Parts: sequence; C-alpha cells; structure tokens
Amino acid sequence: MQAKIPGPISTGPLLSDWFYIAEDGRLIVKTGRVELGQGNQTALLKMTGDELGIPTADLILEMARTDRAVNEGFTAGSMSISEGGLALRCAGSALRSVLLAEAAVRLEVAADQLDLRSGKIELNGQITDVNVSDLLQRISFSSKIEEHSAPKSYQQRPLDADQVTRSDLKNRIVGAPFLHDLHEDGLLYGAPVHPPSMTSVLECIDIDLVKDRPGVVEVVRDGSFIGIVALSPFEAAEAVKFAHVLARWSETALSPNDPMVSIAGSEADSTTVFSQVDSGTPEGTLHQTEVARPFLMHGSIGPASAMAVWRDDSVRVWSHSQGVFQLRSAISMALAIEEAKITVIHYPGAGCYGHNGADDAAFDAVLMARSVQGKRVKVVWSRRDEFRAAPMGPGMVTRVSATLGADNQIVAMNIDVNSAPHANRPGVNGTPNLRAAAYIAAPVLPAPSKDLPLARGGGAERNAVPGYDIPNVEVTKRLVHLPFRTSSLRALGAFTNVFAIETLIDDIAADCGEDSVAFRLRHLSDPRARDVIEKVAHASATHRAEPETEGVGWGFAYARYKNTSGYCALFARMDLSEDVRITDVYCAADIGEVISTDGACNQIEGGIVQGASWALKETVLFEGLTIEAESWLDYPIIRFSEVPRVSVDLINRPALPSLGCGEISQAPISAAIGNAIKDALGVRVRSLPITRDAIIAAS
Amino acid sequence: MRNVQKTNLAMTINGTAHQFDINPKIPLLYVLRDHFGLRATRFGCGQGTCGACTVSVNGQPVMSCELSIGELQGSEIETAEGLDTEPAHPVLAELVAFQAGQCGYCLSGIAMRAKTMLEQHKNLDRREIAAALDDHLCRCGSHNRVLDAIESLFRKRQGA
Repeated sequence: MQAKIPGPISTGPLLSDWFYIAEDGRLIVKTGRVELGQGNQTALLKMTGDELGIPTADLILEMARTDRAVNEGFTAGSMSISEGGLALRCAGSALRSVLLAEAAVRLEVAADQLDLRSGKIELNGQITDVNVSDLLQRISFSSKIEEHSAPKSYQQRPLDADQVTRSDLKNRIVGAPFLHDLHEDGLLYGAPVHPPSMTSVLECIDIDLVKDRPGVVEVVRDGSFIGIVALSPFEAAEAVKFAHVLARWSETALSPNDPMVSIAGSEADSTTVFSQVDSGTPEGTLHQTEVARPFLMHGSIGPASAMAVWRDDSVRVWSHSQGVFQLRSAISMALAIEEAKITVIHYPGAGCYGHNGADDAAFDAVLMARSVQGKRVKVVWSRRDEFRAAPMGPGMVTRVSATLGADNQIVAMNIDVNSAPHANRPGVNGTPNLRAAAYIAAPVLPAPSKDLPLARGGGAERNAVPGYDIPNVEVTKRLVHLPFRTSSLRALGAFTNVFAIETLIDDIAADCGEDSVAFRLRHLSDPRARDVIEKVAHASATHRAEPETEGVGWGFAYARYKNTSGYCALFARMDLSEDVRITDVYCAADIGEVISTDGACNQIEGGIVQGASWALKETVLFEGLTIEAESWLDYPIIRFSEVPRVSVDLINRPALPSLGCGEISQAPISAAIGNAIKDALGVRVRSLPITRDAIIAAS
Repeated sequence: MRNVQKTNLAMTINGTAHQFDINPKIPLLYVLRDHFGLRATRFGCGQGTCGACTVSVNGQPVMSCELSIGELQGSEIETAEGLDTEPAHPVLAELVAFQAGQCGYCLSGIAMRAKTMLEQHKNLDRREIAAALDDHLCRCGSHNRVLDAIESLFRKRQGA
C-alpha cells in the first residue's frame, strides 16, 4: 500500500536526502528540523529507528544544515513530529525496503520472507548472518523513497511511548553541548554594541579608544553597527560596556506614548479573515469582552549565540536559528551575496520559544568575522542584548461579542483582533529582517510584516475562530505597525484569543447560571474535544469538591490549538487569600499518536508554567523606543516557589496522526487563571498580566 | 590593546590544586569556562540574577558571574564537571531519572545548588526546596520535575 507522501519527501525524494554513512560506518539520519530544547531529537530518532528496525543507539541524528539537509522550513508551529517525523518514517521505511531487497538477493530468498528487527536481518523469524552494515555499504542511496516506502501500521510499531526517555539530558548538565560552549584554539569572541532602538543612528564613537581596551583585536563599524572582536568573552563584554558609554546615538522615529493604547485604538485597515454565516438572523442578548496582552519577552535563560568564519568570499555560520535555510537566504539578501557562498549549520542553543535573537546574533557574527578573515568568531549576546535587541512577542487586544439565543445557545460570535505583527521571521517578507541589516551602511530595511494567513495557522488571528459549534462567526484582524520589532512567540495570537473567548464563554455560562463545563459541552460536538474536557473534569473532581476557604477559586478553559492541532482542557486553582498564587493545574490533552509520553507531558507542563508566568507576571515596559528591561530584575518571570503543581493526562490515539503538543497548553492556562480569579473573588481582570494591583484595580 | 596587571592565585577546582596568574577582576565564571575549559557552568545573565552559573565555593552555592577570581585565594571550588557520571552522582542521576529539564541550560547551576543543599541540610520539604531554588530561573517550565527530583533525594536519605 502506498502511503501519502509527506511534503518534505517531495522536497527530498531520495534516500540520500535523508541518510548517509559516516566514516566509522554508522548510519546518519538527516533531518531538516532543529532541536530547540524540546527533545524532538529523541522523538525523531525513535520514529526513524522504529520504522527501520534499527535501535536508536545505532543511529546518529544530524539536525538541519544547509549543505546537507532537506529544507523543511522553520522548526515551528508544533510540527516537528506531525511533519518532520512523518517524513523520517517515510524515508526510514524506504531504506528498510531497500535493505531487505539487498538481503534477499544475498540469501536468494524472497524479500517478503525477511524482516529487519533490532538491527538484524531475520529470515522467517530466525536471525541470519547478513550484516546490516555490509548491506548499507552495498545499497544505492539514490533510490527514490516514494518507490520503496510503505510505513508500518501502528500495530506493527512498538507501542512503547511510555518508555521513551531523553538520552541527551545528562550531557546538558555536566557537558558543554551548547553553541555558547563551542571552543577551539584561536577562537575569537565577538560582542555587538546594539543601538538603543531599531531607528537610532550612531552619531559618533571613538573607535581607537575601544580598540585600546584590553584584549580587543578588532572593532567593526558598519553604519550604525558596532561589533567588538576580542581574545576572550570577558574582554569582549568589558569593551562593550565601555563602548556603550562612548557611543552617541540619535533617534529618528517618534515613539507612541503607550504602545498598548495605540494597538487598542488603532484605526488601521481591518480585514475579515474568517466568516461563517448561517441562514437566518441571529437574535438574542449580546455579551462582550475586551482583553489585552502586553508585549512579551522570549526570555531564554541562555542569550542568543552564534559563530561565523569567512574564507575568501564564503561564510560558514553556526546558529541555533529555527530555520537554517531561511537564515541563509536572509544573510544573502542583507549582504547581496549568493546563497551558494553561505553555509548555515544548526548547533543547539538554550530553550527556544519562537523567533528570538538567534538569527540576529548570527548576522552580528557574520559582520564581525568578516573583519578577521579565516578566523572563527563566536558571539554571545549579553542579557541586556537579549532583553533589548531580540524580537518581542507582540502586544494584542482582542474583542469578542457573542449573541446568546434561545435555550441559552450561542448563535453568533464576532472576534476582532488588533495586534502588532507576528511571524516576522528572517527572509519571509522578501527582506532579511535580521536586526543589524536595518542599520549597516547599506541597510536593507524590513518590509512591513504580513503576519500569517489563517490557512497556515494564522498569526494574530490564531485560534480567533472559536472551537465551539456556533452557526455565525466572523473574525477580523487589524495589524498595527509600530516602531518595535515583534515576531512569533510560542502560540502566537492563540494566547490572547483563547484568553478572550474562554473569558467570555465563562462569563456567559455564569450569567446563565450554568456550570461552565456543562455550558461548553452543550456547544461542542467534536468527540475528541468532549473527551479531554470530561477527562480533566473527572481527574480534578475530588480536589475541586474539597471545601475551599475564602479567596480560593477554580477556573476551566479549553482550546484545540490552531483549531487543527492538539486538544487541551485544563482546570487551574488560584489562591488569592494572601497573594496571587496559582497552586494546582489539571490538564488533559489529546495529541493523536504519542511518540514519547514523557516528552509530550514535559512540553505540556512547560507550556502551562510558561503560560502562567506570562499571564501573572510578565510585561515589557518601554522608555520611548527603547525596551526598559536590562536584567531579570526588570522582567520578573515565575520562580520555583510560585509554580503550581501540574498533572497532565494524555489520551493516546496511536492509530491517529500526531498533532503536535508544544504550544497547546500555553493559551488555555491564561483563561483558566482568569476564570479561577473570577470564581474566587467575582472580579474579572481582562488585561494581562493579572497582578495583585490589576485585581485591586478591577475590583 | 592594553595589558592588565595579573595576580598569582592558588585554589582547588574539582579536587585538583591549581596555581595561576590572572587578572583578579575576572569573574569566576569566565575563569572556569575560558581558563580551565570547564564549560558546564553556564553564562546566563552575568548579573547574578538567573542562577545558571551557580557553583559550589567552600561548600556554599554561589553565582560565579558575581564573584571576582581575586577574592577566591585558597578556595575549594566544585563545578558540575565534578559530579561523577559513571555511576552518576545522586543529584545527576535523579535529575535525569525525573527527566527534569527540556533545554537543560539552567540545570548545571541547579544541580550544584542541589548538591550544596543536600550537604547543608538533613531534610527539606518541597516548599523549602522551592524557596532554596528561587535564585534559579528556568524558562522551559520544568520546575516541578526539578522539585520532584530533589524531594526524592531527601526522601531516599530519610529511608522513606
């Protein structure tokens, strides 16, 4: 039976696009995806190994690099498993067939009498002496995958998702696996002196004074870009501090008084991005809400890092970018050099939650390395750089109105989303959109972002289409362009839109005097949605039935990420008796086939904790066009003593496609928190973050 | 480029005695990473606010980005590289057993905090462990697993 060919296999149709043999004879599996700290390396290798019949310990996974991998686009949108994994399954299946065909020739038997299990060729269930390594040397990797691929059915695969663990964790504690840790003799260390805003112009700096600082090898000035190349990271960092004092900048743009007010009140063009009209005019009572989410930081614990080296007119770059091919293309646009002269190699960074400063740091490294031909320059941004120079998650304001008809049934919902742009990734709008590209001497300014269309999951309007059975729905989107650099942050618009919809649904249920879960179930026919809701209601029932003291409340929320990805329902318990505390979260999720139970739960738990941090604590403040935060003291995030207990139940559906899990819990947790606060105090806070002051102000 | 005055210092790092000349103003973090090649101690903020660079100095958890090397004459320093791997030190084994991380960038600092915590305290409950970890930031949201792992270490010690 021919399986449907996944997109990446159309791009890379041959076995050689996905596999090669290393010098030591080991089989290398190539992916166009990158490891962002989410553990997809483990899952991708398992999917390949299961399909091949070769233990994962005998395989090496090579993450994306432009000189070897298939261009699978950005590793984003929770699609590593659902697309990248399926491609590897397909390729693995084809390689297995080709190996078995070769073994059949050797053994002079029919290939269907053979099997490949645990790295051994079996003939009618008996291990043969045919060596898989020998077969790998003999077969042709130019075979077409499509002609040989017949991925196993789920019953033929080992159903051992519960046993999968990450093998790379130990090295992440005692080893030096990060790009930040790369070292070799003669390596130079680069550090940028970033302009205070995207629109500042460098008026003057005495480069000779900076060059005279200890350990400084070179100071690169290109337009308003300044990069310092030094013998050690410490000397580079010290020289940057010195240069920041010397540099004089002027500002060329006007700053909005309050960007959130600009977003809320924008009269920019708005477009209808979704419309569903039922026959008949919806009649009933109108219910409305308006919510706001501030600009947010990515806030990775490790700042952006990169390494680059120029030889003649070619450059090699090591980056923890989400898209090595797109970074290559962006560098090519920014410097007007051919892509063929640029190689970008993925190397792990710290946790990545979207389009952060990785690509910008890579371009900084490229600019600095150009001044020291043949020498590798490694750049590690400072914490201040990470806060002030990386793209932010955009501020958003979402307004929802619902018409409640007869029998307390919602008959219409209108969702209007105002947002600074998401999805402003390198190269996507025909311009590089690398930070320094906008202020080098020959600048290439970023084209205004178009955000993402709903057909690709949506940017600002992600999850603005309610996941409920509502006959009349209209969604509009208004992009608000401000002089701030915003792009994709985990869950994109879904975080705000789910917060808005689930806030209003909860309020309507309360107005109807109906249980909020029962009210939602009345509007949901999708059995998988009902299953996660019923599962989490059951799992939390005992705890929720406990008598509560004053100031304690429970809140519920549900969403299916992107309306096409994983289902997630959760209950959150808030204790507001002394401070604003989230104490417990119960979550149930359906992500289709689960590859690694623990890996998926870790992602979902992480999304809950990070989402709670956004909802309760985080906001970017500005001083004009400059981001105010310089350290974690200025941008507090959730701490160990503040995290809730989290329990996640997965409904594994091995016969159904994997749906992705990395972003499914981020949005519902914000709404569950808001709903729990309403339950506890009767107060509705609609502007995030929900701090003590915000609750008092809303009371 | 200008030259800098160096000082002669002696200290023990992961059980080995070292004597070396160095600019005394350099923070311990950079000395560990760039002078001794001990890169399991991470640079997170350089401002003493995230805990990623935590090491043990004379049995105390300290953020190595905040401490100048010149202040450490005669000290005993332990980094994550000092944790046994085969068989794994209990802290390392437990963090791995609980899969207590995603990107893992914060974990070597947390491991060193946990090690000093176990050395200094007979028993701590979950709340106390969490409070002791409040100097450490984790952005992937693996907090509960870290707490589970360290709680388990104390429980095992109590024989429970």
